[in-house]
Amino acid sequence: MTIYLPIAEMSVNILVILGMGAAVGFLSGMFGVGGGFLITPLLIFYNVPPGIAVATGACLVVASSVSGAISHFRRGTLDLKLGTLLLVSGLLGSTAGIGVFAILRSLGLLDLFISLAYVLLLGTVGSLMLIESLRAIRRVAKNKAVALNRPGQHNWVHRLPFKVRFKKSKIYLSVLPVIALGFSLGVLTSVMGIGGGFIMVPAMIYFLRVPTGVVIGTSLFQIVFVTAYTTMIQATLNHSVDIILALQLMIAGVVGAQYGVRVGQRLRAEQLRALLALLVLAVGVRLAVDLVLTPKDIYSIVTGGRA
Amino acid sequence: MSRLPFARALSALVMGLSLLSTGAVAAEKVRPPEGIEIGMSTNEIAITSDFTGADLTIFGTLTNVDDYLQQIGQYDIIVTLEGPRVDTTIRRKARVFGIWINTEQMTFSAVPQSYSMTSTRLIKDITSQQELSTLNIGIDHIRLFAANYFGDIAVLDDFRKAFRRQMIDSGLYQSNPGGIRFVSPSLFRATVKLPANVPNGVHMVHAYLFKSGDFLMEKKLPLRVVKTGIEQSLTEAAYGNSFLYGLSAVLIALTIGWAGSVIFRKD
Repeated sequence: MTIYLPIAEMSVNILVILGMGAAVGFLSGMFGVGGGFLITPLLIFYNVPPGIAVATGACLVVASSVSGAISHFRRGTLDLKLGTLLLVSGLLGSTAGIGVFAILRSLGLLDLFISLAYVLLLGTVGSLMLIESLRAIRRVAKNKAVALNRPGQHNWVHRLPFKVRFKKSKIYLSVLPVIALGFSLGVLTSVMGIGGGFIMVPAMIYFLRVPTGVVIGTSLFQIVFVTAYTTMIQATLNHSVDIILALQLMIAGVVGAQYGVRVGQRLRAEQLRALLALLVLAVGVRLAVDLVLTPKDIYSIVTGGRA
Repeated sequence: MSRLPFARALSALVMGLSLLSTGAVAAEKVRPPEGIEIGMSTNEIAITSDFTGADLTIFGTLTNVDDYLQQIGQYDIIVTLEGPRVDTTIRRKARVFGIWINTEQMTFSAVPQSYSMTSTRLIKDITSQQELSTLNIGIDHIRLFAANYFGDIAVLDDFRKAFRRQMIDSGLYQSNPGGIRFVSPSLFRATVKLPANVPNGVHMVHAYLFKSGDFLMEKKLPLRVVKTGIEQSLTEAAYGNSFLYGLSAVLIALTIGWAGSVIFRKD
């Protein structure tokens, strides 16, 4: 059963797309991530043009993050001031990223750039997570109390100027690392189609020393708005959001996520992180292999815009 | 025309007794030139998004044909259907530090997005390569002009070959020699194929008439291909009303995400 994707200009098997959406939804529910970093490479493996995969991925993250964002907002488990600062810098970063996206596309380097960025990001994050979670698993095995990795001492981040007090988080922090974090994640949303929760959460905990209670809520708040904005801009300027593709992925993803959450609750946190790390690494390796292998055809035709 | 009676008289004098054959020669000189006319049942085709390709039948008639030449197969017809023309870029990858990168690109000006050809027999048997090339008939003779390329001609040739190969592989360029049948000595029927991925826009049907390998004349007819259905409206919205399209994409995402959490809420 095939369905035609009007923007990607290709026919796809609807069951494959629904399966992909459900699988990514399941994993994102299980690990508590948006899933953009999984769906974009999967779509690329299925021969969806990388530009379309990225923009549609951003649209998908809107759907997978909104319910979490609403519930955190209701419960008040977010730092609105910190979130707004991250958001504004995220919007700027996303705008810059769209510019980069358009330039790379015109140079014919977009596909390569997206793959390279994924290999780099997934490789680094995956390795770090794997090392960290393996250590945690060993510590648990030795029956030692798991020390919360949030000691009181300050690092270099806390010596930067332009300090502001974030009341909700009870931290006194320079705006510079916050802006830098928000901005770079905005760029990544545009060029990679990810919300960036799996980077933002550890960055907030380890670098900004934001209390864990408000981290998830604050990051979801930022992600929903930045991905929504990015979807808008991608659709308006680059015409790269495929609504038919996004719709199928979203519906399957929302359902898959419900089951993922249930499974996730039964697993231990460090086991969960180790599994996620392995998954991240596997996707990264697969993309790296595709970059190195000799392509089927070294020529590719690009239709020069619409008639 | 005014010299004809004189010519007839002259030939009668010169040929002497072979009056019959002289008459035939004279008659051929009098005969007005052959012509070709074509017609289609429609000048607009609406296709839905589940379109998997179709045959387009074009009827045509030859005027003032010589029955004898027709019987021995001296008349040939080629019918082509050319898609809308756009500038098309083709890129080539090369290995740089171990990874494959698009390193070279070339843009061919005003290339038909699709091309379907049919003929009375193999086009190389109909006329010379040079004539085909002048008339741009056949996949191998579609003009691929790289406006901004001044480099190695061999490279240009590689790009052209790759372009044609990919267009044939994708089904956008196809040829069906022998797809033209004469229904009567002057009436013919040509079948060209519309590929599944036929581009939207104004296509052009060309009919070329050849006599004994010489090109006589060409007739053109426009054919509008209009895609219909929800996918087409979405494409138009994505390009025409891109802001609203983006806004609805976001609203759909917000709704589905929110609805999912409401539907599956346990409490």
